[in-house]
Amino acid sequence: MTHDDDTSTVNTAAEGGEAAQTTDGRAPSRRALIGWGGAGLALGAVAAGGTAAALRTGGDAQPAGADATAGSAIAFHGRHQAGIASAVQDRLHFAAFDVTTDDRDELIALLKEWTKAAARMTAGDAVGDGAVGGLAEAPPDDTGEALGLPPSRLTLTFGIGPTLFEKDGKDRFGIKERRPEALIELPKFPGDNLDKARSGGDLCVQACADDPQVAVHAIRNLARIGFGKVAIRWSQLGFGKTSSTTPDAQTPRNMFGFKDGTHNLAGTDSAALDKHVWVGEGDAKGKESWMAGGSYLVARRIRMHIEIWDRTSLREQEDIFGRNKGEGAPVGKKHERDTPHLKSMLPTAHVRLAHPDSNGGVRILRRGYSFTDGTDGLGRLDAGLFFLAYQRDVRQGFVPLQKRLAANDALNEYIQHVGSALFAVPPGVRNADDWWGRALFA
Amino acid sequence: MRALRPATVAAIAAATAVTVVSGCAAKNDGKGGSDKGTIEVTASDTSCELSAKEFPAGHVRFAVQNKGSKVTEVYVYAPGDRIVTERENIGPGTRTEISAEIKAGSYEIACKPGMKGDGIRQKVTVSGKGGATKRDPKLDAAVAAYRKYVQDQADQTLPAARKFADAVKDGDVEAAKKTYALSRVGWERTEPVAESFGDIDPKVDVRADGLEKGQKWTGWHKLEKSLWEEKKISGDDKTLAAQLITDLQDWQKRVGKAEITPTSMANGAKELLDEVATGKVTGEEERYSHTDLLDFHANVEGAEKAYELLKPVVAKNDPALAKELDKQFKAIGGLLDEHRDSKSADGFASYETVDKGERKKLSDGVNSLGEPLSKLAAAVAGAK
Repeated sequence: MTHDDDTSTVNTAAEGGEAAQTTDGRAPSRRALIGWGGAGLALGAVAAGGTAAALRTGGDAQPAGADATAGSAIAFHGRHQAGIASAVQDRLHFAAFDVTTDDRDELIALLKEWTKAAARMTAGDAVGDGAVGGLAEAPPDDTGEALGLPPSRLTLTFGIGPTLFEKDGKDRFGIKERRPEALIELPKFPGDNLDKARSGGDLCVQACADDPQVAVHAIRNLARIGFGKVAIRWSQLGFGKTSSTTPDAQTPRNMFGFKDGTHNLAGTDSAALDKHVWVGEGDAKGKESWMAGGSYLVARRIRMHIEIWDRTSLREQEDIFGRNKGEGAPVGKKHERDTPHLKSMLPTAHVRLAHPDSNGGVRILRRGYSFTDGTDGLGRLDAGLFFLAYQRDVRQGFVPLQKRLAANDALNEYIQHVGSALFAVPPGVRNADDWWGRALFA
Repeated sequence: MRALRPATVAAIAAATAVTVVSGCAAKNDGKGGSDKGTIEVTASDTSCELSAKEFPAGHVRFAVQNKGSKVTEVYVYAPGDRIVTERENIGPGTRTEISAEIKAGSYEIACKPGMKGDGIRQKVTVSGKGGATKRDPKLDAAVAAYRKYVQDQADQTLPAARKFADAVKDGDVEAAKKTYALSRVGWERTEPVAESFGDIDPKVDVRADGLEKGQKWTGWHKLEKSLWEEKKISGDDKTLAAQLITDLQDWQKRVGKAEITPTSMANGAKELLDEVATGKVTGEEERYSHTDLLDFHANVEGAEKAYELLKPVVAKNDPALAKELDKQFKAIGGLLDEHRDSKSADGFASYETVDKGERKKLSDGVNSLGEPLSKLAAAVAGAK
């Protein structure tokens, strides 16, 4: 875990425009199967008054279970991809893929097929001809574990890693010259202990949903569609979003027990998003124009040394963060959202180092999740933060911020970055004819 | 080796239903009259005459007379050359009777003077209810060719297995190690068919963790453990080597009766890749000898054979699938070639030397082939 509170997470609802899509009448829609349950009601609201807003105000302000819109669908099409500024869902399945084909047409065909499947799954529909009712002799098109579940605000966000443009000096798909300058190789930060098998990737898909089964189903189906063209390089499950999303929301706690991401960028703050998150027309000129409206995603698997943290005194814990543990108030303040007085914190305090005021006003949009992957064979909990951050340019965002933290943060004694990847996240899929990465391959 | 799948069990049940019931022939005598239900088969060195080429389904008796000068045998073949019943060693001038329960459908009766080759064949029609639906002759041809392949593999396995068994019997650890993996190739190529005989597989190809309570560990993998782990051959191992040959002979003898259909061929091909995905790619199958790559290769060869035979139909029903399968078979072949080692006894590197990254590549390759292969059965079933 790095950048606490002060850099921020944005959260809007679906920035795409239209709310839930309707099913196209093809074989088994998940929503069709749930009858008058949660999502059925949400759809009813749309039908009654076109109150797309009712669907789009995310369930972030309340626990997901109590949220009437928790099972609804988030629009897949729009100017930006969903899953960035959208209200953060509670569950994550993130997958990084290696492209195994060297055939450009085959890759393009896959991206089209993926986009089609993604649109169906986010709407709560099954892939292809569905999980049941097809040929008895053949495995079904859809794997079926999401049958009967609502769309669960599933978002699928697609990104492209540096190695798709060039690998071992080779221009793999004739797109080398279109690699954006901002899609750099991340520098090695002090303390990094990166596992190659958990780092990098030619492509990524971030699946977020209110229901873990729905997120896993989505990645599993995409992986299956991709066999022979792509192979999963690594993936990460996450639970318990670690970023606050709306100003009056209860800030979730991270695995260290601290409130995290208090002053994340608000998803509804379009001015801040344009300034810090979305790649502007002016940033993406000429060969890079395909990135306008997109963003850059940093993914870091940050292992937390849970056991030694739990043996650390409360005072030290609070000093390390620069906040108190109970309320989450900055040092010397009463309430979580009180403006922090950085100088009253230790110079090595996490909040102090990560705060925009210590970083020339730099802000990134955080969407990280806690993870616990069992134990590590030494009896230690393999747990931590799967850090996800979106920004307009990592060279102004994550890189300087992480340099400062890696060098000084008192928290470093308790954490270690063990996986790392950077992806260019293209703009949204505009309509049914558009597909992930179209502008890049045009 | 893995647990029997429900589909396999069903196939066995189906095969049993059409099995030979010569032992019960007397029971039915009163029912159809003694001569009326009997088909006369007159065999010579150059002919195979039948008293009737159409007869009702049910309990059928064949009265065979060998008027030739050579020892002959008589087979009843269902479509795809599945043996419904057969009788060997019918000497010149002798008579014998064969009896079988036969369903409605098309069959062939073959006399094989000298007990060799495909024999002299006669087409017969068995009438009645519940006959098999007419199949694309191309698919029948594919099944027949695959059955021949399966039989050839069993026939070729025996000499290879004897070499191995003899080395064990001689107490020659090094010679046994060199012949171990090679003795398994034919089995591995046709494993789904071999496994359809539920009683043979647990005797010859079971691994330690697959043993049922009270089951004695026999077969290849027990010997594998002795050779590589204990590094010595016990008296019991010598007995087991002899037993392995006996069990493999049983397989060789029965393999022609296996129920094989176009879809079971297609699914069998997929199952071979499943075997690779669960047992070989992890190194579990050959945990002592680390000869997994040869098994892997043999599984892929067997799957490819089934696919090649079905391809004329698949290419028509789903040309895109055929194209993808061609590509993926080639790709996995290329991947395996990277691990060939001319210095090793079986031609492949020890799986111990294949590192994590390379295993991942192999695993990805198996997924890339296994996924389209899972669509093969549907493409075959789609045939008119």
